[in-house]
Amino acid sequence: MFYREVGQFKTNYSSDSQVFPILQDKIGIFAMLVVAFVFVPMFGSEFFLNSIMIPFLIFTLATIGLNILVGYTGQLSLGTGAFMGVGAYSCYKLATIFPDVNIIIMVLLSGFFSAGVGILFGLPSLRIKGFYLLVSTLAAQFFLEWCFIRVEWLYNYNDSGAIDSLQRSAFGYAVSGGAANSHAQYFVVLTIVVVMTWVASNLIRGRIGRSWMMIRDMDIAAELMGVRPLFAKLSAFAVSSFYCGVAGALMVFFWLGSAEVESFDINHSFLFLFMAIIGGLGSLIGCYMGAAFIWILPIIIRALPSALGLDINAATVEHINFMMIGAMIIFFLIVEPHGLARLWQIAKEKLRTWPFPYS
Amino acid sequence: MLYNILIDPFVQMGSAPDFFLQVLWSGFVAGTLYSLIALGFVLIFKASGVFNFAQGIMVVFAALTLVGLYQAGVPAWAALFLTVGAMFVLAWLVERIVLRNLVNQEEIILFMATIGLNYFLIGFGEYVFGGEPKSMIAAELGLPTGSTTFEPFDGILIIEHLDVAAVIMAIILVTALAIFFNKTRIGRALRAVADDHQAALSVGISLNQIWVIVWFAAGIVALATGIMWGAKSDVSFALQIVALKALPVLIIGGFTSIPGAIIGGLVIGFGEKLFEIYWGGLLGSGVEGWFAYVIALIFLLFRPHGLFGEKIIERI
Repeated sequence: MFYREVGQFKTNYSSDSQVFPILQDKIGIFAMLVVAFVFVPMFGSEFFLNSIMIPFLIFTLATIGLNILVGYTGQLSLGTGAFMGVGAYSCYKLATIFPDVNIIIMVLLSGFFSAGVGILFGLPSLRIKGFYLLVSTLAAQFFLEWCFIRVEWLYNYNDSGAIDSLQRSAFGYAVSGGAANSHAQYFVVLTIVVVMTWVASNLIRGRIGRSWMMIRDMDIAAELMGVRPLFAKLSAFAVSSFYCGVAGALMVFFWLGSAEVESFDINHSFLFLFMAIIGGLGSLIGCYMGAAFIWILPIIIRALPSALGLDINAATVEHINFMMIGAMIIFFLIVEPHGLARLWQIAKEKLRTWPFPYS
Repeated sequence: MLYNILIDPFVQMGSAPDFFLQVLWSGFVAGTLYSLIALGFVLIFKASGVFNFAQGIMVVFAALTLVGLYQAGVPAWAALFLTVGAMFVLAWLVERIVLRNLVNQEEIILFMATIGLNYFLIGFGEYVFGGEPKSMIAAELGLPTGSTTFEPFDGILIIEHLDVAAVIMAIILVTALAIFFNKTRIGRALRAVADDHQAALSVGISLNQIWVIVWFAAGIVALATGIMWGAKSDVSFALQIVALKALPVLIIGGFTSIPGAIIGGLVIGFGEKLFEIYWGGLLGSGVEGWFAYVIALIFLLFRPHGLFGEKIIERI
């Protein structure tokens, strides 16, 4: 129909290797950006921004981080929550030590701490693989969780053991802490997520990303062809943890406002793994779809009984919620193991040849 | 500092040998219980290559069904049989709905499916039985209570009868499973499936049937584990975190080895308790949470396939 590449000729190499080679894709992505940057803040209510859009974007970022590791490099990880925690706690410490520096710089800097920790716990991946690697990331998860409780310096020795988002500003606007308004927060989060997605897509298309995928597809063959497993695997761990760390810092400073160790526990690691798998391993657009699906579905399920006028108590809804998520995961794995991104791809293929069944 | 790490703990062990024995015993009991959970994982992994994340919730689910049935007025022995029946139905449903449709998928997809199953069972279990912790009907099932006090080295060593029962039950289960795997027709079929799915199919072994049997066996192991863990603490959904501990146990033993699960469990049990008691004070309490994983990591650095795991030779 309208989604065709007819008449769009590629005349040089750079046009051949574009991210969006088809004009309609460019228009589509531009439209999405306009909606995200203009219409959502213009018409979105405080609630919509705060409890749907901001967490959705932050979760997307963490999922991209995880997907780089699991989907592109093939290293299974259950430590996402803890790596986010490293980002959050280091951002908290940085913001305490340097109160006058732009908070966005601090958020990005804290990603490097997370990357360092990621490299450290990624070291065993050089020797072990597959499910055996899970134990390394689980060690990271539980050890770091323990650190967040025991090392009181991390939360400035306060009694609650929680880190609160400090009153900080960026470019003259209060963006974190109690005085921040959610529109400013939304813009910061959206910009960071969009820019980092763009960086990720170029990393993946570049030399380093291709070496990750070679490691994923068959590490021995990749090694024979000149990919250094040490560099490829550790760089994947570093980049992945960087993304997760930034997501964690954003989560505390731009969404939750205050976080304890529970915000970075193993259940969150699972949540992001779900998002990555439901969205589609090895796909960036899949990260957005997966995060939207896993985050928004429960909200709908929770809102549904009251919308339908049914009187079901909250606990029951929560149980049904769990059952629904479990059932949906199994259903999706059976119907389309490659996730929502694959469905999207199939839909685009169909559109290209429509109204003919094939071309 | 070095004194605190290298010498002081051993001085403590030497000066209070009765307490040291007590710690060893508690490590041994914890180890057997870890082994029991790990056994459930190994059974399924051996026969289908699925890393069954839902084993932990199966433990909780089995225990809850047992207690729930008893509270509904069913006599204890009948509740036990009904629970075994429920585990069979669960195994059958899992095979029918999940596994059959995911044949020939990658390992990570199957792993994710079991996490989905895990979530479903959490929601279902809480919906049916409620979320609050329940106490296990240990006395009604004929499990011993009370404890015996020994006096070695002029000290006290308290051994609870329940712990002894747990150890004996674990030994019986492992022996039974070993015989089942090595001597019976079904056991041989199971090992054939574990070796090679396609080859097993080609000689006429029904994969579907084997999977039901294996999941049922894992369900029974889960029930035994649930009774024992439940009798020691309460039956609650917190137990499923304990199940994650089975992972380091498996790593040490190797994913495919039943003796490995036992030895791995004991290593983790002993290591964890000794470290917590004698070295834990240096780091602040709560090291139990992650120490098991560190032990496993150290083992892995020297033996990437665990102590008894099969070495995989990779070809291009």
